[in-house]
Amino acid sequence: MLANYAFIGVFFIGAIIFPLVPLVAAYLLGPKRPTPIKLDTYECGLEAVGDIRVQFKIQYYLYALAFVIFDIEVVFLYPWAAAYGQVGLFALIAMAIFLVILVGGLVYEWKKGALEWV
Amino acid sequence: MNTLITVLFLIFAAIILASAIMTVTVKNIVHAALWLISSFFGVGALYLLMEAEFLGVAQVLIYVGAVSILILFAIMLTRDLEGSQNRQLTPRWWIALIVPAALFSLLIVPTVMTHAWQLPPPPPAGQPPAISGAQQIGAAFMREYLLPFEVAAILLTVAMIGAIVVAFEERERRRRVLTLAEQVRLRQRQQQRQQPAPRPEPAATAVQPSEATGSET
Repeated sequence: MLANYAFIGVFFIGAIIFPLVPLVAAYLLGPKRPTPIKLDTYECGLEAVGDIRVQFKIQYYLYALAFVIFDIEVVFLYPWAAAYGQVGLFALIAMAIFLVILVGGLVYEWKKGALEWV
Repeated sequence: MNTLITVLFLIFAAIILASAIMTVTVKNIVHAALWLISSFFGVGALYLLMEAEFLGVAQVLIYVGAVSILILFAIMLTRDLEGSQNRQLTPRWWIALIVPAALFSLLIVPTVMTHAWQLPPPPPAGQPPAISGAQQIGAAFMREYLLPFEVAAILLTVAMIGAIVVAFEERERRRRVLTLAEQVRLRQRQQQRQQPAPRPEPAATAVQPSEATGSET
């Protein structure tokens, strides 16, 4: 079983090496003749304006939290589906209650207008 | 095979520990969040090492995929924590050291040492094992742990509603500031209009139709 993950391990190591090679090669092979213009902050050819930090709108947080909650819901759904054959109709009712409670939260969010972008 | 597992465990444990230490010591809070993600990944790898595939995937999906996004958004929402040189240690740091150390040595260590660990029997040969754990977890949710399962739904809903309430308070506050600014701007515009009052100006009357009709009557 564990041997299957050897492929993932090889892939992981490859994924680390792959971006490192051009970076290291560029560092070793490239000529370094810096000028103030070359060292300037580059942003799509435009003059950089303002600070690197911007304060996000709280709206993003609401979306992220809704995402987390329904992500967890899906993670709960998976073992339920895997065990459904063993448990049967009772599982359907139990999951229906679970989903109704969560959909209640979604309805509240929708009614409150939290899903509308302002 | 067993030594390989031990070596892998030590590697992952070292990654987790190093990432966790970096999380609490690094100055830049965004970097701290990234180190935390690295620590989450290590925990997921440990789950895979224990052949708890479902837990490993759930760890990556929820903690690496969702919780870390939430943490990064929370950082982006806060006002400029990054630039300020926050101190990493409070004067009472030793309390923060004693409490988790006591919890660890009094709760976790005795539990791990005294618990009768039952290893699951290996799957019968020729039959491909299902994603390990998911079926047992699902069956356990539907039988012994039905109430915690439903309470989890309530907990998630409460978290969502709480976030909405907090966010809407924030939005209300911002809206009040906006209307105040609009009021100030409106008052300035009215004062500018009143100063050149004797000369009838078409541009000024175009701005406010109600005042234009008032000057005509």
